[in-house]
Amino acid sequence: MEKTWNNKAWFMVLPVLLLVAFSAVIPLMTVVNYSVQDTFGNNEFFWAGTEWFEEVLSSSRFHDALLRTIAFSAIILAIEIPLGILIALTMPRKGWGVPVCLVLMSLPLLIPWNVVGTIWQLFGRTDIGLLGRMLTGLGIDYNYGRNPFDAWATIIVMDVWHWTSLVVLLCYAGLVSIPEAYYQAAKIDGASRWSVFRFIELPKMNRVLQIAILLRFMDSFMIYTEPFVVTGGGPGSATTFLSIDLVKTAVGQFDLGPAAAMSIIYFMIILLLSWVFFTVTTQAGEDRS
Amino acid sequence: MTATTYSGTANNLSRAGIRVATAGSGRRRLKRLVPVAYILFLLLPVYWLVSLSLKSNQEILSSFTLWPQNPTLTNFRVIFNDPAWYETYINSMTYVFLNMVISVTIALPAAYAFSRYRFLGDKHLFFWLLTNRMAPPAVFVLPFFQLYSAFGLIDTHIAVAIAHCLFNVPLAVWILEGFMSGVPKEIDETAYIDGYSFPRFFVKIFMPMIASGIGVAAFFCFMFSWVELLIARTLTVTAAKPIAAAMTRTSSATGLDYGVLAAAGVLTIIPGALVIWFVRNYIAKGFALGRV
Repeated sequence: MEKTWNNKAWFMVLPVLLLVAFSAVIPLMTVVNYSVQDTFGNNEFFWAGTEWFEEVLSSSRFHDALLRTIAFSAIILAIEIPLGILIALTMPRKGWGVPVCLVLMSLPLLIPWNVVGTIWQLFGRTDIGLLGRMLTGLGIDYNYGRNPFDAWATIIVMDVWHWTSLVVLLCYAGLVSIPEAYYQAAKIDGASRWSVFRFIELPKMNRVLQIAILLRFMDSFMIYTEPFVVTGGGPGSATTFLSIDLVKTAVGQFDLGPAAAMSIIYFMIILLLSWVFFTVTTQAGEDRS
Repeated sequence: MTATTYSGTANNLSRAGIRVATAGSGRRRLKRLVPVAYILFLLLPVYWLVSLSLKSNQEILSSFTLWPQNPTLTNFRVIFNDPAWYETYINSMTYVFLNMVISVTIALPAAYAFSRYRFLGDKHLFFWLLTNRMAPPAVFVLPFFQLYSAFGLIDTHIAVAIAHCLFNVPLAVWILEGFMSGVPKEIDETAYIDGYSFPRFFVKIFMPMIASGIGVAAFFCFMFSWVELLIARTLTVTAAKPIAAAMTRTSSATGLDYGVLAAAGVLTIIPGALVIWFVRNYIAKGFALGRV
């Protein structure tokens, strides 16, 4: 659409700008402020330079939490994206099955995050949970509160349960936009199922897949509430992701300096990775067209 | 009656016949199996929650049963009779509703500006809004607490409503912009020629045209504010405490009242489940910030 150049449009954007500035810029400035200062209490602050950043970047606790978070995001993407594509491909395209699938699959997306945690906490308990009871019944020594592997498995299955539908819905939106004629042409050419997927469906899903990967990366990298409710970061610190560690440092121990430095590093990692991803995919898209 | 049954059976038979005749019918059945298995996987934990909420605590703890033997609404009665419980439900509803109204109201003119005009720094601004979606809530916990303390807003509904604007306003702007760009610009121009002033045109002509977009944006503001807990819990103590926070407290304090906990969980699922039907075709669009 042809847009007219009009700087008065700024007045329409102004309320949004002011509100987001109040709820994003001012708090971020506070964080920046804390990250370069030290305090001995009494609201007296003095300049600490990059001390906190050095401390955080060299602490093994931060490295471990970062590694755990990266591993978690990688596992989540490796499971949810292929699974989401598979389910989207097998979903019905017309008839009564479409709304039924859409509604039922959307359900987990609309549940409050801590309730998701509660659901899986109850579901996985070995005394009253169906899953825990079943696994114990099968002779598997399952206990997400004691065994780090079980804790990880529970959280990953929970996230797959919670968010795969998002990938499914996005891919499905891409798939239904493919005209029937494409499939007919492929049939006439005698294309195999795999080539239909590789040369028709996957390119058409390209855009939605990018969004799906970006969203799943961001949200899994920021995950806090669900694992916190299920494991509280334990057993030990086996499931202490960056966000859990950050809240512990900031609110639990009230270490303002390290917490602020950590916040900035954390935010920067997300922004940087998202930006790299964004530029790479948009450039790849432009090269092709 | 019998005739229809017979024709129905015949129909099924002929359909089955066709299915047998087509090659790869097994594969097609397998294809149906994947979504069905996935939906079962999705529903099983939810079923378990509902089932627990209908059991008495004795039944939950003493015997392991797949479905409630003596279904009871006691757990729900506990919540509806205890102000400490149902007020948190009202609190959540209040700030979510406030947030929805604020976000959509201020996002409407901004989205119009982005969809119709070019202005200094428009693209940068548009993407800067998106970066707020990437901000980890954990980063904002402490500064939010201090900021809202400084304004004396801790434990008020409006504090949570404004704090949630952090991610809901960008969301509303992006979704509305997508819908507005679908309305041809000629509509605006015709209205101006007909002598409509801008506010009258916007309210009388433009807003009805993007009514579904406003509905979708409002729904997603509602949803994201409803599911968020970390910020909401940090900014509230008792007077504006969300139901989700009340749940974490109960589970740790008494440790045994699983029935009530499950009932509270079921109650938080209901608002979303009620409106899914109306937005089912827009869910992908909303989660992707209107970019699908």
